[in-house]
Amino acid sequence: MKISLLINDARYQVEARPDTSLLTLLRELGFKSVKKGCDSTSCGICTILVDGAPVPSCTYLAYRAEGRRITTVEGITKEAALLADYFGEYGADQCGFCNPGLALTVYAMKKELRYPTKEAIVHYLNGNLCRCSGYVAQQEAIYRYMEVEG
Amino acid sequence: MNFESVVMPRTIEEAYELLKKEGHVAVGGGAWLHQQQKKIHTAVDLSYLGIDQISQTEESVYIGAMTNLRQIEKSEVLLGFMNGILPQAVSQIMGVTVRNLATIGGTIMGRLGFSDLITCLLALGASLHFHERGEISIEDFLQDKGLGKDLLIKIQIRKEPGYATFQTLKKTSLDFPIMNISVMRIGDHYRIAVGARPGIALLAYRTMKYLNGNKNPDPSIIHEATEILLGEIPFGDNLRGTKTYRQGLAKTLFLRGLREVVANEN
Repeated sequence: MKISLLINDARYQVEARPDTSLLTLLRELGFKSVKKGCDSTSCGICTILVDGAPVPSCTYLAYRAEGRRITTVEGITKEAALLADYFGEYGADQCGFCNPGLALTVYAMKKELRYPTKEAIVHYLNGNLCRCSGYVAQQEAIYRYMEVEG
Repeated sequence: MNFESVVMPRTIEEAYELLKKEGHVAVGGGAWLHQQQKKIHTAVDLSYLGIDQISQTEESVYIGAMTNLRQIEKSEVLLGFMNGILPQAVSQIMGVTVRNLATIGGTIMGRLGFSDLITCLLALGASLHFHERGEISIEDFLQDKGLGKDLLIKIQIRKEPGYATFQTLKKTSLDFPIMNISVMRIGDHYRIAVGARPGIALLAYRTMKYLNGNKNPDPSIIHEATEILLGEIPFGDNLRGTKTYRQGLAKTLFLRGLREVVANEN
């Protein structure tokens, strides 16, 4: 089927099977920041935004995104770089694989939550797993980011 | 799940007729697509039916079957209903990303044994509205295997004054529950549902009958109610816990829930 997608404010016309996931399609279109992790919604690594809401791209059907605004980390480079500065300062990143999905979830959280508590931040982000960091440094970086930039 | 084609009906009647066809399977939120290793011919996408809203009247709250769990979590209507028990229960399901996708209808139609939401809805005495079959209690639906290909439209919960609790234990925040339990007082009656046993949620009839015959339960009545609960609810083993562990857990979670309800009775 033919699908018309708005990705990071640019229009793409593609041909894809109806059961194609947004993860597969986005990577085929060159958005390599979108990573394949568990491929079953459990890890959050494939997170992208659809109309500003974080969703697991591994199971989000590509055709359903027609008429909606898709955001990958390539579309929020300034915000992602700013968050990366905080991650660097706190040593919150190791392999970096979880970073794109996490950055998008933080971006969505910043828009959605006003003056969140630490508990609210942890709750919002608990669907984004990280195998490397042990979460403490990540959380400290994000608290500080939200305090200063939120 | 793999499918060759997809249809996107715009009306409930159209969706219902499509679902009657051989090889046509409903797709709701799609959160479980990768867990299902099957090939179907045609997916019937329910996203375009307009059954994804939450509303209320003087008598009831209504939740459209395609409402996602995040909508439930953030709904002002549901936050103000029964001390926000439904948002509280769904907020502990997976992460925000999955809650933006998974729907209440998909949860119910799957009769998922581990579901936190089904346990709460059972305790609340929710009704399900199907296109062909009409209204049926969730209690009857969960036991009824012969539903066929009907289309769930909305969930109704009648309003009555009361207080609700929900308890669950998981090994990690993203895991399925080892067990969950919902204890409520609705009007003059206690309602108790136990889920993730690991089987589908059940109402604790004998326990409810005992408590409903003993208003203002004191510690001895609460203790006796716990013993009745453990005697009537069957538990089992699975990867997340043993029968013995679940029985111990049920006792603790039930006591917490019941004490909280009793403390908030006025």
